[in-house]
Amino acid sequence: MARKSIAYRKNILKYIVGANAGHTGGCLSCVDILNVLYNNVLNVSPATFASPDRDRYIQSKGHCVEALFVVLADHGFFPESDLETLCKYKSHYIGHPTRKVNGIEQNTGALGHGLPLAVGTAIAAKMDKKEYRVFTLLGDGELPEGSNWEAALTASHYKLDNLCAIIDKNSLQITGSTADVCNTDPLDKKFESFGWAVMQVDGHDLKQLAETFAKMPFETGKPNLVIAHTIKGKGISYMENQVKWHHGVPNKEQYEEAIVELDHALALV
Amino acid sequence: MGATIESEIATARPNQDVFSGVLQQLTADDRQIVVVTSDSRGSGKLVPFGHKFPEQIVEIGIAEQNLVGVAAGLASAGKKAYAVSPACFLTARALEQIKNDVAYSDNPVRLVGISAGVSYGPLGTTHHSLHDFAALRAINNMIIVAPADNFETEQAVKLSAAINKPVYLRFGKKPMPLLNADETSFEFGKGRVVKKGNDIAIIANGETVYPALLAAEKLREEYGLQATVVSMHTIKPLDVELLKTLSENTKAIITVEEHSVNGGLGEACASYLLQHGYKKPFKIMGIPDEYTVTGSQVEILNHYNISQHGIADVAVQLLATI
Repeated sequence: MARKSIAYRKNILKYIVGANAGHTGGCLSCVDILNVLYNNVLNVSPATFASPDRDRYIQSKGHCVEALFVVLADHGFFPESDLETLCKYKSHYIGHPTRKVNGIEQNTGALGHGLPLAVGTAIAAKMDKKEYRVFTLLGDGELPEGSNWEAALTASHYKLDNLCAIIDKNSLQITGSTADVCNTDPLDKKFESFGWAVMQVDGHDLKQLAETFAKMPFETGKPNLVIAHTIKGKGISYMENQVKWHHGVPNKEQYEEAIVELDHALALV
Repeated sequence: MGATIESEIATARPNQDVFSGVLQQLTADDRQIVVVTSDSRGSGKLVPFGHKFPEQIVEIGIAEQNLVGVAAGLASAGKKAYAVSPACFLTARALEQIKNDVAYSDNPVRLVGISAGVSYGPLGTTHHSLHDFAALRAINNMIIVAPADNFETEQAVKLSAAINKPVYLRFGKKPMPLLNADETSFEFGKGRVVKKGNDIAIIANGETVYPALLAAEKLREEYGLQATVVSMHTIKPLDVELLKTLSENTKAIITVEEHSVNGGLGEACASYLLQHGYKKPFKIMGIPDEYTVTGSQVEILNHYNISQHGIADVAVQLLATI
């Protein structure tokens, strides 16, 4: 799985460079989470995507779609070569998730939408007495959207222990530090006071992520929150923790330098 | 006709009461129907629904964005989700959820805007929905329906449950008499001709169809003018075939709506007519672009001439220009 994470990073950069657009830093911060979800946690595949019993994954931080596309392609939801059309005229592969792409559950992109959608889906699972679980990935920068907190209330009110929200806490957003833009800390205490069961993990530690998701539900009758501490631009030294890579696209030299670094990391796995 | 209408008043019920009753009938046989409310079950007349089907009502509390997002999640999992909230809040505060989570993601939520238009009367601008047609018309993949009477309401609710598409149903609080018991066809996107005449066409929707019909009576009795009255319950998709017929067979057209004159039924009709060569007199009646006068629903509508006499006067003036 560690090799997959590196391969995913290489593809993320490849297709962002090809499109000359994309949210590079956030893709690199969340791709390890996606790796664990799709390779270890989610009960979903191209064969089962139409099944009402599949696990659902809704990406609230829709702007980091390139990471999701790369992982879905790896799982055979569509040919990877489709991503050569990313953001190109008439392509279905746009800069945010859309259901025109196989494997995408919900069209997202506007922030603060994933959690209410996930809550509704999790309520439906409870109503139907189904076993599937609903996962949604939020960025820490989107937490000031009030709809998140509305949905957080509903999730605990309906005891949705089949729901898991993951916060990709890379602590940076387009303007700068999330603490400077609108401080949402302490997230654990806030969500706990809203009735959630909270776990904090290193969002780049694949083993720790897998072990955490395996513990669901963290507490019976409570929605699950995983605060994943991540590094924006993770894996590319010159990008890490640099806000300019929020949606920066590497030039040719930068791209080659990044690939060299990733290949080096691959050789060490 | 006038006597017929008067006799209907005794049995008239508010359309949103009828909505609740029909939904309960449907839910008895369809366990996939789920009502989602934002502390709005009382005004939505859904308290009996909650008692009968406690497992099929999801209370969100006063949080309309979440109401629509949760309803979209429910719909994506196969539920026939009815998101019920006052039209003013549902279609403004939750507009982005309607645009993205319902329409764009194609989650077939049934959005139900209650106490619409100026139903809340003296509660004022915060509680009026005079923008909803305009806002929702500009959103792709949305059927917009404002039934005029109890019959249309019953049909619209049944149809909304049968089709698996995003739809917005708009209801008011006023008891609405049956318009024309003989005209029993109803489908989304097809206007309902409730009275026929060749002098002028009055195209209305929702609770304004009734005063339009009364105006037609007055035109006949006092002026000898024959008016066609159409309940254009579906604003989108608009029944352009009927519009074309009306434009060819009448001398003038008036539209009437409990909505801003900007962006609603009138402008939808005007857009089609102008682009298809219509050159006869045309008038949009609605709430002008100003803060509404204080009053009950009827007082407000009367103030802006959305009344039997107001509509008839405009018709006479319009025909006098020919």
